[in-house]
Amino acid sequence: MVPKYLNAVFLPLLLLGVVLGIWSYTAIKIPGFPTPSDVWRELLVVLSNPFYNNGAGDQGIALQLGNSLARVFGGFAIAIAVGVPVGLLIGMSKNAYTAFNPYIQILKPVSPLAWLPLALFVFKEVNTTAIFVIFITSIWPIIINTALGVRSVSEDYLNVARVLQLTPFERVFQIILPVAVPFIFTGMRLSLGIAWLVIVAAEMLTGGVGIGFWIWDEYNNLNYAHIIIGIILIGVIGYILDTLMGLIADFFDYRKRGLK
Amino acid sequence: MSAKPFLKIDHVDKIFPLGGGKEYVALRDVQLDIRENEIVSIIGHSGCGKSTILNLIAGLDTISNGTILLEDQHITAPGPERAVVFQNHSLLPWLSVYQNIEMAVRKVLGEDLSPSEIRDHVMKYIDMVNLDHAKDKYPGEISGGMKQRVGIARALSIEPKVLLMDEPFGALDSLTRANLQDHLMRIQMQTGNTVVIITHDVDEAVLLSDRVIMMTNGPEATIGEILEVNLPRPRNRLELQHNEEYLRCRGAIIEFLYSKFAKDDE
Ligand SMILES: Nc1ncnc2c1ncn2[C@@H]1O[C@H](COP(=O)(O)OP(=O)(O)OP(=O)(O)O)[C@@H](O)[C@H]1O
Ligand SMILES: [Mg+2]
Repeated sequence: MVPKYLNAVFLPLLLLGVVLGIWSYTAIKIPGFPTPSDVWRELLVVLSNPFYNNGAGDQGIALQLGNSLARVFGGFAIAIAVGVPVGLLIGMSKNAYTAFNPYIQILKPVSPLAWLPLALFVFKEVNTTAIFVIFITSIWPIIINTALGVRSVSEDYLNVARVLQLTPFERVFQIILPVAVPFIFTGMRLSLGIAWLVIVAAEMLTGGVGIGFWIWDEYNNLNYAHIIIGIILIGVIGYILDTLMGLIADFFDYRKRGLK
Repeated sequence: MSAKPFLKIDHVDKIFPLGGGKEYVALRDVQLDIRENEIVSIIGHSGCGKSTILNLIAGLDTISNGTILLEDQHITAPGPERAVVFQNHSLLPWLSVYQNIEMAVRKVLGEDLSPSEIRDHVMKYIDMVNLDHAKDKYPGEISGGMKQRVGIARALSIEPKVLLMDEPFGALDSLTRANLQDHLMRIQMQTGNTVVIITHDVDEAVLLSDRVIMMTNGPEATIGEILEVNLPRPRNRLELQHNEEYLRCRGAIIEFLYSKFAKDDE
């Protein structure tokens, strides 16, 4: 019997071997396709000087990623600031729900990238445009999950609030938010995940400094090893973001706190 | 006992609108005067409208016809002078036992009390239900009986005029149930609360009540009979087992429920 922790290391390594095998085969078949060792060498180079800045078109990988993250967090923060109150409102008021719901249902399935040209026309500036696209990306899961959280507040808790004659303000902060917060964080976690997906595509379209444009630029430079590095780094950072959001969500979830 | 009506339920109907212009007349012409410091239980078959009456007194639901008066005040909305102990305790799971009670005390009595008075007040009611040792636990960490005791402590802590209990011990095993019944009787002797308690349980009704209100079956349910339980307090369940008055009351309720207003679809 192999111990569990060895399995946890051994099995992914086994799969890595298979993947590297297929990759190497591809690299042999397609001339110019970087081999795993090419990418490894380039990765060390890229990571050895992540903060260099030679002007707009030529900056280190950390600055590229940092720019993308800043746009994601900017749009994400605005989406929280708008989406949570709207979600609370449509969760608490049937009329507000009736008013908002058709628009949410119609706008939600629209790819956020469809907004990009319109935003570019309005803002005439790529950074604001990217932030707006992330805002549009993030807002729907936040609104929907917040409203869901509000509606999942049990009738019993609301009756307690009524008997104690809590004001609407007290009701929101003492009864509704504690129940809704885990739902809100679920929405935020979903949003952040999609935002990180969308930012790459948005930056490819807008240009400027950012990981999405960097990848596109390296395609134009025929530097395919960098594209693979970009993919790996985007994945690692996406994973870190998701894990962090999960930890924060657990921290604010009374169901997980109560069982300490 | 004083005859002054403290809580007056006066010709009350409750009609629920159903879809498609139909309606369901749950209660028809319910009339009941409840005295101060009295423990009244309401018993009847499932679906007869017990919870409906309690919700009307609590103000959680609206009266269709008639009035309910508490000390000559019309009841139109919920309020802390009519505390409710819900069947499923409805403690807020993100607050500890102490915080659940504190939140109610702060809201209802907070303006008159200093922080240390609030603490003493909360602890007094935690003491009353013997939960000192669990005061910092969360509802998810304590047993069903303990939760129900917290629910009772929370309801009493806001010093209500009437304590409304909807099958408060319904979900508990019979030993825990007996224990809580004794608790409730002891606390009520201390505090002198007026209590309206809904129950399915014949023995519970007789043991706890000064009067047992027996409801006919719905639709158009109303009060069928009212039974006076002439047993001195404090009451002891062991001694009552063979007590004549106890057995008479028990018999009268069983007769009402299973002969006069038997329900065969249960
Ligand atoms: N909101 C509502 N709309 C329509 N009918 C209702 C509504 N609430 C209760 N009823 C009906 O009114 C009747 C009385 O209900 P109620 O809950 O008061 O019964 P109960 O005596 O408390 O029953 P149980 O012992 O099962 O708790 C039932 O027939 C129920 O179906
Ligand atoms: Mg009921």
